[in-house]
Amino acid sequence: MITTPVRSHFRPRFGPRARKRACALIAAALVGGCATTGPASKDDPLEPMNRALYGVHDAVDTAVLRPVAQAYVDVVPQPVRQVVSNVFNNINDFFSGINGVLQGKLDKAGDDFGRVLLNTGFGLGGIFDLASMVGIERGNEDFGQTFGVWGFPQGPYLFIPVIGPTTVRDGAGLAVRFVWGPNYYVNEEAVRWSLYGIAYLDLRAEALEASKVVDTAALDRYTFIRNAYLQRRRYLVYDGKPPPETEE
Amino acid sequence: MSRFEWIAQLRAALRHASHSFRGVWLIAALLIAAPALAQEAPDAIVKRVANDVITTIKSDPAIQAGNEARIREVLEAKLLPNFDFMRMTALAMGKNWRTATPEQQKRVTDEFRALLVRTYSGALNSYRNETIDYKPLRMNPADTEVTVRTVVVRATGSPIPIDYSMTKTPDGWKCYDVIVGGVSLVTNYRDEFNDQVQKGGVDALIKTLSDRNKGLAAK
Repeated sequence: MITTPVRSHFRPRFGPRARKRACALIAAALVGGCATTGPASKDDPLEPMNRALYGVHDAVDTAVLRPVAQAYVDVVPQPVRQVVSNVFNNINDFFSGINGVLQGKLDKAGDDFGRVLLNTGFGLGGIFDLASMVGIERGNEDFGQTFGVWGFPQGPYLFIPVIGPTTVRDGAGLAVRFVWGPNYYVNEEAVRWSLYGIAYLDLRAEALEASKVVDTAALDRYTFIRNAYLQRRRYLVYDGKPPPETEE
Repeated sequence: MSRFEWIAQLRAALRHASHSFRGVWLIAALLIAAPALAQEAPDAIVKRVANDVITTIKSDPAIQAGNEARIREVLEAKLLPNFDFMRMTALAMGKNWRTATPEQQKRVTDEFRALLVRTYSGALNSYRNETIDYKPLRMNPADTEVTVRTVVVRATGSPIPIDYSMTKTPDGWKCYDVIVGGVSLVTNYRDEFNDQVQKGGVDALIKTLSDRNKGLAAK
């Protein structure tokens, strides 16, 4: 007869408790032993560290990033900005297609690759978004979502200055995209960084309206942005049909 | 008078009467239609209100000139009667709602409502040439809660899905949550409201909301 399994001496070396301790250590090191304040959210165990980093980001954003993005919107005519967006979106669509395949969503991947073919071929290298005009929808997949679909937990929420809100899972996705992205293979240092700069400007300009909404609506901008980000990512991982959240 | 003539005259008289009673018929028709209007379907409400607000915003010279106070007037008159702010606030407060007195509940609701109106009018101020697609509504006649799905298609940038959670009340269907690109407005406020209540009770929440509204009004 089989008896109940013997409780072994084996203990995972990096169990949840150890992990928690490690995280706490990193957090403590980064904020200089600041005591935890406020109720911690289960998705944001590193809140004290993140808040400090958000403070850095907010200062840089207010002083430099946001004004530059606003100047870009004010100075550069809309059709030109649209072309810039289209070119970067075309590259993103290609990666969306790859992630569609990785997630086994072949219909979506087909649409994305179709978009890239159409926009690159007939849209002059992605300058025109013909695919959207004929109604082929963008898949909007990325590596972070792929990891989510594969079952990787989201991990702690992170706020990285300049880059913005992310999680361990999404950050890993971002790193993969960064290394794989065509920009990485541009050898000319100056050109490469200019491209990163323009891509960033395009994204930051796109988010200007959202920033205004946050300024008005949020009681605590840090919490507001965190919750909006996590809700949005959850929605994307479930392709717009997230199961209802369980109440704690 | 022959019998035929008599009938013809009677007909003419009746026609005349029905003609002059047209007003009465109209009123009668309205009375029959009124209950039907009160039970306007949730998706029809969203469509009607959105069209109404957009038409007004496009045609109002003060709004075109960027007058936010005028936008708020329009929202107050056309949009807000279709929201259930009490329900919205209760959901955003979660378990803290039950610990609040009716007076506190009312004050939080009023302040939250004012904040949402400010946010909304600010967002509408940058309204350009968006069009709204309405997804077909799936609902059973017995449903008391439905989600009306729409997609805002912009001239530039990706389309934004906006869903309206609607609940059936004695005054017709009312909206109690707006979900923009998967981000629920009510859920987004939950942590912030809870943090405030943890810090200084429901009164702290009321104070923070009201300070924020005063600050925005002074801008």
